[in-house]
Amino acid sequence: MIEVQNLTKRYGAKLAVDRVSFKVNESEILGFLGPNGAGKTTTMNILTGYLSSTDGKALINGIDILEEPLKAKKLIGYLPEQPPLYLDMTVEEYLKFVYRLKKCKLPINSHLKEICELVKITDVKKRVIKNLSKGYKQRVGVAQALVGNPPVLILDEPTVGLDPKQIIEIRTLIKKLGKNHTVILSSHILSEVQAVCDRIVIINRGRIVADDNSERLVQNLSNDHKLIVRAEGNPNEIKKLLSSIPDMREVRINRENIEPGVAEFYLNAKEGSDVRREVSKRLASRNFPLLMMKSSELTLEEIFLKITTGDIYGHADKIEAGMDTRLAGKE
Amino acid sequence: MLAIFRRELKAYFTSPLGYVFLAIFYAFAGLFFWLFALDIGSTDLSTAFLMMFLVLMVFVPLLTMRLLADDKKQKTDQLTLTAPVSLFSIVFGKFLSAYVIFVAGVAVFPVFGFVMSIFAKISWLPIWGNTVGLLLLGGIFVSSGLFVSALTENQMIAAIGSFFINLMIMLLDTLVNQLPSGFFRTVLGSISIYSRYIEITNGIFSLSSVLFFLSVIGIFLFLTVRVLEKKRWA
Repeated sequence: MIEVQNLTKRYGAKLAVDRVSFKVNESEILGFLGPNGAGKTTTMNILTGYLSSTDGKALINGIDILEEPLKAKKLIGYLPEQPPLYLDMTVEEYLKFVYRLKKCKLPINSHLKEICELVKITDVKKRVIKNLSKGYKQRVGVAQALVGNPPVLILDEPTVGLDPKQIIEIRTLIKKLGKNHTVILSSHILSEVQAVCDRIVIINRGRIVADDNSERLVQNLSNDHKLIVRAEGNPNEIKKLLSSIPDMREVRINRENIEPGVAEFYLNAKEGSDVRREVSKRLASRNFPLLMMKSSELTLEEIFLKITTGDIYGHADKIEAGMDTRLAGKE
Repeated sequence: MLAIFRRELKAYFTSPLGYVFLAIFYAFAGLFFWLFALDIGSTDLSTAFLMMFLVLMVFVPLLTMRLLADDKKQKTDQLTLTAPVSLFSIVFGKFLSAYVIFVAGVAVFPVFGFVMSIFAKISWLPIWGNTVGLLLLGGIFVSSGLFVSALTENQMIAAIGSFFINLMIMLLDTLVNQLPSGFFRTVLGSISIYSRYIEITNGIFSLSSVLFFLSVIGIFLFLTVRVLEKKRWA
């Protein structure tokens, strides 16, 4: 449905997107993961015809966005990072404007009603967009992308700035839409793309560093050797006890007295080892109740480090050396 | 194009801008009508039309400053530029919306003519000629304003920039008069918008002038499209 071949975008001397290639199949939800400034938005802007590429091709259903922009744009609904709302219009006026702008053929009233119900903005239809909360504005932005029922949806950080309830709602909505739309969504939160997407493309400094099925990717990135543990008892004794586990490299007390007598520890074992059982057994043997144990979540930077140094995808050579040392310094 | 036109036209009246522009337009037109026709007992409106050049030079930029600059600032251009519409229809829709407001202002002059015709026998031809002249001049001001609005995100800069272009249009004539006769004088003299407008206010209404005004409008609209196009490649 979407095919990107060697896409390159240069802003003067700065290379924003560097030979990016990927494909998205019909009815697939693709997550675009990367830190701020990685080139996610630029890639999306090129895909939607807002910017043109310096080199390479972007095809929507086989139609080149540069060669036949009007035809290709008809297939795309786009939610940019900042929803493109005319603040002086009411929600209803705005959606009608978008409907006319996109030259839709569907019956206007029932189509817009359907969209409003889908994204739950029916109750604010008559209100001026300027006065809506951020969450509602975001939803009007999603509604705008859905007008005309385009087969491809491109959503740039659709959950940014929403409260947790709204985030879950939007995620559920995207999943629902993914059943009969091809969706690309970008984010800088791993758990988010993991929750919604079938496939994840990780991009950094304009280059793709990983492209895989989301389950496999997350599995490969699991972090079981770094644990956060809460246990009740004398923190220093516990620290000593856990330090004696064979593969353990480091035990650090994160916080004491989280609850009376309970401390939180950060454990760093040898990579590839699994010390969870041993931790539990040892604590039990000395009668220190174990209250919580979880893998410390990977930050995006750690993911890059893992992908590059662990070389799980053989892309290590693509990452500039500077990145590695910068991250290593942080560890 | 129609969608953009309708939205922009409506936007003039959801903000004070459209009302303010029309109020200023009617106030000045009324003032000049009173000063140069009613007060001195004349039915000749040409001085009033001439004075409108100065007023429009200053106030049309207020009408156009928002059109593209605000789209960029609010990022709504991401909607219009990714919608299946051509750049020209975006630009032309915006042009038309501002132009319609302008036309609504100019429409007051035939009304003045009608008022005078009740009390005296007047010659309609110069009034219609001048009205058309004013419409053509306004077209240039609106299209140049739109062009400057495409260049910046800042509405103030857009307004000042297009005022400056309008000022240049007026001052070009003074400059031409300072030049020694020769190639430059001929070239600059023949692109003078002001002198053609004066011609029209004097009742000389030629096809070449009309075509000239229309071409200048066309050039500014074309340049605006190019600016939007260029932005994609930057």
